[in-house]
Amino acid sequence: MSPKTVETTTAPAAGELPEHVLKFIEQTRLLPHPESYLIAVLQMLQKHFGYLPAKSLDTVSQLMQIPSAKVTGVATFYHFFTFVPKGKHTISVCLGTACYVKGAGILVDRLKEMLGVEVGAASKDGLFTLEVARCVGACALAPVVIVDDKVYANVKPDELVKILSKYGYKPK
Amino acid sequence: MAEKKQISLTIDDVVVKVPEGSTIMDAADSIGVAIPRLCYHPHLSILGACRVCLVEVEGMRNPVASCAYPAEAGMKVRTSSTLLRRLRRDVVELILDNHPQECQTCERNTNCELQKLSFELGIRDRLFQGERKRYKKDLSSPAVTRDLEKCILCGRCVRVCEEVQGVTNLSQHRRGFHIEVSPAHQGNMMNSVCVQCGQCANVCPTAAIVEHNDSEAVFAALADPAKHVVVQTAPSIRAAIGEGFGYEPGTPATGRMVTALRLMGFDKVFDTNFGADLTIVEEAYEFMRRLQNNDRLPLLTSCSPGWIKFMEHFYPELIPHASTCRSPMMMLSVLLKTYYAEKAGIDPKNVFVVAIMPCTAKKFEAKRPEHFTPYGVPYTDAVLTTRELIWMMKCYGMDFRHLQDGEFDNPLGVSTGAADLFGTTGGVMEAALRTAYEKLTGKPCEKLDFVEVRGVEGVKESAVKIDGKVINVAVSNGLQNAKNLLDRVVRREKEYHLIEVMACTGGCIGGGGQPYPPPGMHIMDASLLKMRAKALYTIDSQKKLRKSHENPYILKLYEEYLGEPNGHKAHELLHTHYEPKFPRGIR
Repeated sequence: MSPKTVETTTAPAAGELPEHVLKFIEQTRLLPHPESYLIAVLQMLQKHFGYLPAKSLDTVSQLMQIPSAKVTGVATFYHFFTFVPKGKHTISVCLGTACYVKGAGILVDRLKEMLGVEVGAASKDGLFTLEVARCVGACALAPVVIVDDKVYANVKPDELVKILSKYGYKPK
Repeated sequence: MAEKKQISLTIDDVVVKVPEGSTIMDAADSIGVAIPRLCYHPHLSILGACRVCLVEVEGMRNPVASCAYPAEAGMKVRTSSTLLRRLRRDVVELILDNHPQECQTCERNTNCELQKLSFELGIRDRLFQGERKRYKKDLSSPAVTRDLEKCILCGRCVRVCEEVQGVTNLSQHRRGFHIEVSPAHQGNMMNSVCVQCGQCANVCPTAAIVEHNDSEAVFAALADPAKHVVVQTAPSIRAAIGEGFGYEPGTPATGRMVTALRLMGFDKVFDTNFGADLTIVEEAYEFMRRLQNNDRLPLLTSCSPGWIKFMEHFYPELIPHASTCRSPMMMLSVLLKTYYAEKAGIDPKNVFVVAIMPCTAKKFEAKRPEHFTPYGVPYTDAVLTTRELIWMMKCYGMDFRHLQDGEFDNPLGVSTGAADLFGTTGGVMEAALRTAYEKLTGKPCEKLDFVEVRGVEGVKESAVKIDGKVINVAVSNGLQNAKNLLDRVVRREKEYHLIEVMACTGGCIGGGGQPYPPPGMHIMDASLLKMRAKALYTIDSQKKLRKSHENPYILKLYEEYLGEPNGHKAHELLHTHYEPKFPRGIR
């Protein structure tokens, strides 16, 4: 997922970062190769925000004195990092071979339609992020949908509304 | 420095002696074997990304990249074989597979390194056909255009931006098939720390980064009978334009250039040199006033627009130190739409000013709101790089070699030798010292050549004694060198009085819009820069007037129009201001 181009024509403020990250960066300053802690800082930020907000990346660049292009270059290299806000709940549809032949592709299409988003993005109301997974190792249960950490087995397209309603989904 | 230990190895059965630490490619170059290469650039760090320069080393299982592999004593290297030819061809074919097939309509047609390499490696068939990356062109900047579809990921732009210019605006983003070279946040060249210097365009082997094309606007203006189209040419153009027509670098071509411009249909051909002389007078007065009041020293020169944008992003605290003088191009453009238009009885709204510059950042400078007329159009309507002008001249069918020598128009085409020096690093300093010396001492400056500030070294320093006072001056070219110098200024390690900064290596002669060097030479080669600089020093030494303040037309201009140097009217027309810019650069 490519990050959106952002307006970066204003000064970033330290307030963009949570306290513990600021503290961590401060500590790394005295260590050899402080720039090598960039990935650690990015992981902390993603854990905190659920994604990497563009402004916080600019602040990291200033505080760690690493050119912004390098910071976003590193961040976009790893699939682990994401640049779009996450929904409150993460829906993960398994697209492993077994799930796929049992109709997981249809589930993804239906979810896209229900939530009005593409894979990787969050719904407008901020409730759900739609993701796909490769094999989750539960082929006997195919097709599998995981919401947060709850696994739903043998899911049929028409059951999706009922499942998501438990998390606050309201059909249009 | 101690002599490096020599080692000897065999390349294609020839015994070669090279200093320890050389690469296989260095060793082969030394005996005239030019191993095909693509991502390699002699003035940048070694990347080893393209795998075109593969060679076979006896005893090693796989071929190695000769640009990165160190030569070892006793090594037996083979630079060509059936296997190597096939491998190199496959590597380049795979690059071509993901590259637009539009050589005939490409800006780099006939001077593209990828095109040349494909021919030399004997690629005559396209064996691979696969998915191609698709990107929109980045047209955000008035200076440089980025076309990621033509990017072959050699990383030269990334390296030049970081290593030579210290800007680090570009980096590789994402991975695998989706890798792209972009500014931060995969943004564009405008909304970034890019200083618009165009060095990325200079080292790009393809047309992935080129200058923004302004030639159509100029063609249109030339064809418009209502427009009075005037052109001005920067000092460094005359030293480089000949290269576009097969002349050896450093062949001065002032006369032919003027004739060609006139044949193209420009109504008047003026010289940015006049603006340079005027800049020196204004800047020398500004310097003297600051020196007398010990105010905001060192004074930093303001001719290089890449440097100015760099300062605004990277050293905003030094803005008060920068000379408020507009650049020579801007000074002349302003005069063309005021003084000249008035004198010639032409409505300034019908005057179309074209500036021929060695520079992409000048295109950006011309569009800065500070340089707009009160009625809302830029003082400089279009800026063309040397490369664009050469192409336009070819488009008009100019047989450059057979043109007669022409003369610039008066009065804005007369200049002193000091102005010619602006085109090379140290030139503004030398010109300024000639004038400042005379104005400060009231005595004629006998020794006109300040050789200490000449040469292509990154930072040059000198102490000049003027009127019993020691003036510490420094000159830098290439922005990484400027960083090194300015960090010392910021830390107050040494007291400087006057500092000249040029964004590009070698100054304007190595600018981002200068001709791609002839085969065997590279941009930033000291030998190439020295040849181009020599042309300017020769022109200077042959001129009768070599001090800006002795230009009779400058004196007349002050007398009948501007009043005093640094006076009210001069300030209004010839000076400007700067503002801190975001995003802030990392120093």
